[in-house]
Amino acid sequence: MSSSESSVDNGVNVEALLGAREALSEAPAAAQFTWRATNEWKNGTHSHSEVKGFFGLGEEQQHKSTFTYDVDHPEIFASEDLGATPVEVVLVGLASCLTAGVAAIAQHRDIQLNSVKATLEGSMDIAGILGIDADVRNGFGGITVHYDIDADATLDEIKALVAQSQKRSAVYDIVTNPTNVTVEVN
Amino acid sequence: MSSVRSVTTVIIGAGHAGLAMSRCLAERSIDHVLLERGEVANSWRTERWDSLRLLTPNWQSRLPGFGYEGNDPDGFRNMAETIDFLGRYAEIISAPVQTHTTVTSVRRTDTGYTVATDQGEWQCRTVVLAAGACNIAKVPAVAEGVPAGISMITPLQYRNVDQLNRGGVLVVGAAATGAQLAQEIQLSGRPVTLSVGEHVRVPRVYRGRDIKWWMDRAGVMDERYDEVDDINRARRVASLQLTGSDERATLDLNSLTDIGVKLVGRIAGMNDGKAQISGSLRNMCALADLKMGRLLDTIDEWATETGLDGEVDPVERFAPTNVEASPPLGLDLTTGEIRTILWATGFRPDLSWLDVPVLDRKGQIRHDGGVVVDAPGMYLMGMQFLRRRKSSLIDGAGDDARDLSDHLVGYLAGAKVTA
Repeated sequence: MSSSESSVDNGVNVEALLGAREALSEAPAAAQFTWRATNEWKNGTHSHSEVKGFFGLGEEQQHKSTFTYDVDHPEIFASEDLGATPVEVVLVGLASCLTAGVAAIAQHRDIQLNSVKATLEGSMDIAGILGIDADVRNGFGGITVHYDIDADATLDEIKALVAQSQKRSAVYDIVTNPTNVTVEVN
Repeated sequence: MSSVRSVTTVIIGAGHAGLAMSRCLAERSIDHVLLERGEVANSWRTERWDSLRLLTPNWQSRLPGFGYEGNDPDGFRNMAETIDFLGRYAEIISAPVQTHTTVTSVRRTDTGYTVATDQGEWQCRTVVLAAGACNIAKVPAVAEGVPAGISMITPLQYRNVDQLNRGGVLVVGAAATGAQLAQEIQLSGRPVTLSVGEHVRVPRVYRGRDIKWWMDRAGVMDERYDEVDDINRARRVASLQLTGSDERATLDLNSLTDIGVKLVGRIAGMNDGKAQISGSLRNMCALADLKMGRLLDTIDEWATETGLDGEVDPVERFAPTNVEASPPLGLDLTTGEIRTILWATGFRPDLSWLDVPVLDRKGQIRHDGGVVVDAPGMYLMGMQFLRRRKSSLIDGAGDDARDLSDHLVGYLAGAKVTA
C-alpha cells in the first residue's frame, strides 16, 4: 500500500467520480442515461457501427469524435474477415469495463497500478448458431477472464480490486444477468 | 380509553431498543411512556421461527444496568430465554409500558407530536421510534412470476418444517436467516437449493474464541456511522452467516454444501415459470472469502498489538467457498422438483403509521445517527448501523440510547430557551 494518497496516480479522478455519485444521489433523474450505437450492413457478414451521441445528466451529450467499428467473421466462415466477430466485441466490452473498474477502485483504495493485463476466452459450441443441435445455446457456454496485475499491493488486495470491479461493472451485469431486448423493424 | 394524555417522550415499541431508551430517559428524569402493540419483546414472541437462537453469546446482551447473570456466558439464548431476559429487564427498570396499545398514527403538532393509538391519544414533545427494523419481510418483484403450484413463505411466517410440503425447497438469500433455514430444511429431508447473492462469511469460533468476542474486543462493533467509508453501503450489508448452537458450529456455504444443499446464483428474473439465475455466484463467493480474510487480518493484527497471541490459538485461514464449475443459470419451477420457495431476502420496518414527511425516496427515514433530520424531537432506534456497527444488536441499544437520550435532553433544553 502506498503511504500517501497523492503519490498514487492511476489517471483516475476519484474526487470527480465521488462528487458525481453524491450529486446524482440527490438528483436521481440526472442519473438516467441512454447509450446508443448505429449499425449499417456493408456486404456479406460485414457491417459498420458508429457511436457518437448519448443521453445523460438530463441532456444530449457527444463523444469528442465519432467512434467506428467494422465487424465481420473470419474466412473459415466464408467471410472476408474485415473485423472482429460480434462475440469478440462482447469480450472486448467486458474486459474494458472490468479494467476501467479496476483502475478506478485502485485509485480510490490508494493502490498504485503498474500494469494490468487481461486475457479473455469465451467458449462456444457453434452447433447452436448453426441450428445443428437445438439443446445447445447460441451464446457462450462460459467466459473466463484472467488478470495479470502488477500493483503496489498484496495479492488479496489485488483480488479484492477485481472482485469489486465485477460487482460494479455494467457489462459484467449485462453478461451475467438477463436483459429484456426489444427489436423493432422500420 | 379515549382520553388525551400528555408526556414528555413517547417511545414506540418495548423491545430491547425501547427499553434501553426508557432506562436512559429515567436516569435523565424525562417522563415517558412506552407504547407496545403486544407484550414486551413482542417481535421475539410472535415473529420468529421455533429453533431460532440469538447469534450473539449470552454475555454480549448488555443493556444499561442489566446483563447476563447465568453460568453459560458463551451459550446462545433461545427465544423463550430472550423473551424472559427482556421481560426481566422491563421489570427491573420499572419501564412504564402500555401493552396491547397499537400506534395508528404519529403526527406533527406545534409543540411536538400526537401519537394516536387504539387506546387513545398521547401528546408529547419528543418521540422515539423503536418499533423494530424487521416488521415486514422483503420479497423481490420476481416473486410475482412464480408459477401457481409453488408455495411461497417468508421467515416471518415460517415456524418449522412441518409447514412445508414434502419435496424440494428453494431458499432465496444466504444471510443468517437464509443459511440457518437452508440447514434446518435440508436436514428435514427436503432437498434445498440456496440462491446466493452478496453475503458475509465468518467462522463461529476463531482461534478458540467466538467471532463476536473478537469483533467486540477489537473495536469492530463500536465503529461509528460517521467514521466508516460509505455508511449507505454499511447499512445495506447482509447479516453475518452465523448460527447459535451448543456445538458453536460454523455455518457457511461450505457447511451447507457438505450436507447436500445445492448453491445457485442470485435470482435475476422469472420467465415462463423458469427462474433465471445470475452467473455471478463465483464472484459473490470470492467477495465474501476476501472480506472474511480482511476481518481475520484485522483481528490478528489486534491480537498481536494487544499481546494476546500467547493466550489464544494460532492463526487460522479457511478453505475458499466451493463453487461447482458451471452452476446452473436457470431453474425450471414447473417440474415439481421445487415445491416451496422461502424468501429470506431481508426485512424492513413498518412505518405505515408515521404521518410525518421524513422518508427518502427509498422509503427510509432520513436520520443522522438516529436523530431524524426533518423532524426535530424525533429519534430512531434499532436500525442497522444507526450509530455503530452494533446498533441493530441487543448489545448496541445501550450506547445508542445513551447518546440519543443526551441529544433529546439537549433538544428539550434548547426548545425551552427558544419558547
